[in-house]
Amino acid sequence: MKSKIKKIFLISLLAMLALMFIYPFFWMIGGTLKPEIEVMNFSPFGSSWSLDSYRIMLGKIPLFRALFNSIIVSLVSTFSVLVLSSMTGYALARLRFRGRSLIFNVILFTMVLPFQLTLIPLYVLMVKFGWVDSYAALIIPYTMSAFAILLFRQFFMQIPNDLIDAARIDGLSELGILFRIFWPLSKPALITVGIIHFMGIWNEALWPMIVVRKLSMMTMPQMVALYAVGGQAESQVGTQLAAATLMSLPIIIIYLVLQRHFIASMATSGLKG
Amino acid sequence: MKFPAVINIGGEQRAGHMLVAPYYIFFAMFLAYPLIFSFVLVFHRWSIVGPLEWVGLSNIFELGGDPLFWKSIGNTLIFLIIHVPLQVGFALVLAAILNSKIPAQGVFRAAFFLPVVVSGVAVTILWKQMFSTNLGILNQVLYEFGIDPVPWVTDPSWAMPSIAMMATWKNIGLYVVLFLAGLQGIPKHLYDAADIDGASTVQKFFHITIPAINPVFMVVLILSTLGGFSLFIEPYVITGGGPMNSTLSGVLYIYRQAFSFFRMGYAATIGFALAIIVMGVIIIQRRFVEREV
Repeated sequence: MKSKIKKIFLISLLAMLALMFIYPFFWMIGGTLKPEIEVMNFSPFGSSWSLDSYRIMLGKIPLFRALFNSIIVSLVSTFSVLVLSSMTGYALARLRFRGRSLIFNVILFTMVLPFQLTLIPLYVLMVKFGWVDSYAALIIPYTMSAFAILLFRQFFMQIPNDLIDAARIDGLSELGILFRIFWPLSKPALITVGIIHFMGIWNEALWPMIVVRKLSMMTMPQMVALYAVGGQAESQVGTQLAAATLMSLPIIIIYLVLQRHFIASMATSGLKG
Repeated sequence: MKFPAVINIGGEQRAGHMLVAPYYIFFAMFLAYPLIFSFVLVFHRWSIVGPLEWVGLSNIFELGGDPLFWKSIGNTLIFLIIHVPLQVGFALVLAAILNSKIPAQGVFRAAFFLPVVVSGVAVTILWKQMFSTNLGILNQVLYEFGIDPVPWVTDPSWAMPSIAMMATWKNIGLYVVLFLAGLQGIPKHLYDAADIDGASTVQKFFHITIPAINPVFMVVLILSTLGGFSLFIEPYVITGGGPMNSTLSGVLYIYRQAFSFFRMGYAATIGFALAIIVMGVIIIQRRFVEREV
């Protein structure tokens, strides 16, 4: 009896806490549909609803252009991280070559290197390459990741040797072994790296704010942040929340669909990192 | 079977370097060069147009006596002192509750995790409105309990703690998941043995649970410390670093020096100093945690 009461207490406590994490998002979405004067009311429901906030906001900033940029940048970068980092991970895990352990240690070292150290010189590099205001600046510095290499390496080390020997006898090249034999066996690693990298770059705001000035090259976080800060929103809260909502919806939808994978990926990311 | 292995020795050397070739290029361009150049910049004055001007140690001397730089470090420490214990404490408690055979565990976990996946920009815009002193829903709730409005982000002594609170809300789901994974990895027979010895719940928590999740604890500590030193978009959107520079963060200060004042050399010097401080803090935490447990 006592444990039952305790359980009910714990569940209601958890439910209240969970509400604290979900309610602000309901309030945000509600605020985009309410009349502007009711936006700050506690209830997410207004006396009437309209899409005016979205219409006004979309009239001021080309948010769909930013959505397009975000999709291009995130997809190309994530694809590249999967391909290039798995190549390095494969070499480190399965091939014997001179300098292998040195490279492994260098990668470990770069993982703990604070990004503040390379931020300014990286920007200078982009200027020298003439990459400011281009996809190149947004994507190319994010084509590989130390975390992804280490995760792939660890995963690939567990794949049985017989498979590689058999494939080599069949005349498959190393790239053939990686993409035709290892990739299909490494779905968990691919999903983990894919989710973590995609989420990171989709939400990245600082780097775009450094290398992009042109409105047409901005990704969503940058455009929305500048809209909220730069005075364009003219303190119309509803339109700011509308921009924030449109930016969050894609990732929330992906999260709701792939929820289990998201949580499992982040759990491994922390423990390996 | 021996035959292909023998021809492979030379082939493996070449294949290895070829597969790692993209990383060689990546490393040279985006890690080695920036690291070296960052060190060079420390000794120069440069506005990005025109030549570098050698200034010796003057950037370092300026940094040593720069009240805004030390203010930003102080702000970061305030953030960490509030954020880290809140984060670790709440995440651990939530994970422990979730671990105790609660129905719908997955639903709760998913709810706590939701803010983790949403962009920091969206969360910050949302909280900026919730923090509003006169109209925000936080103060509306406090009003219901008869509490006076709190100047969340308009008062210098409240602003950084408020941001620390928001960051805790944003990230806690990740740490709950990490702790939960750690807790689920503890062998159950340890608790059974303790039960036989008549240990209390609290004793079990401190003598079995805490030591067993020590590695997770270290990860949580490092990640939230790194987070504290990476603060940028939160103060940028909510306060712009104010009021009275009370939310100026290290990265925001780099950004300002580089892109408002075009002082690349000085900005790189701040970056260098920040990196040294981050690594120093993490080494100290590591020593401390390893000695404690």
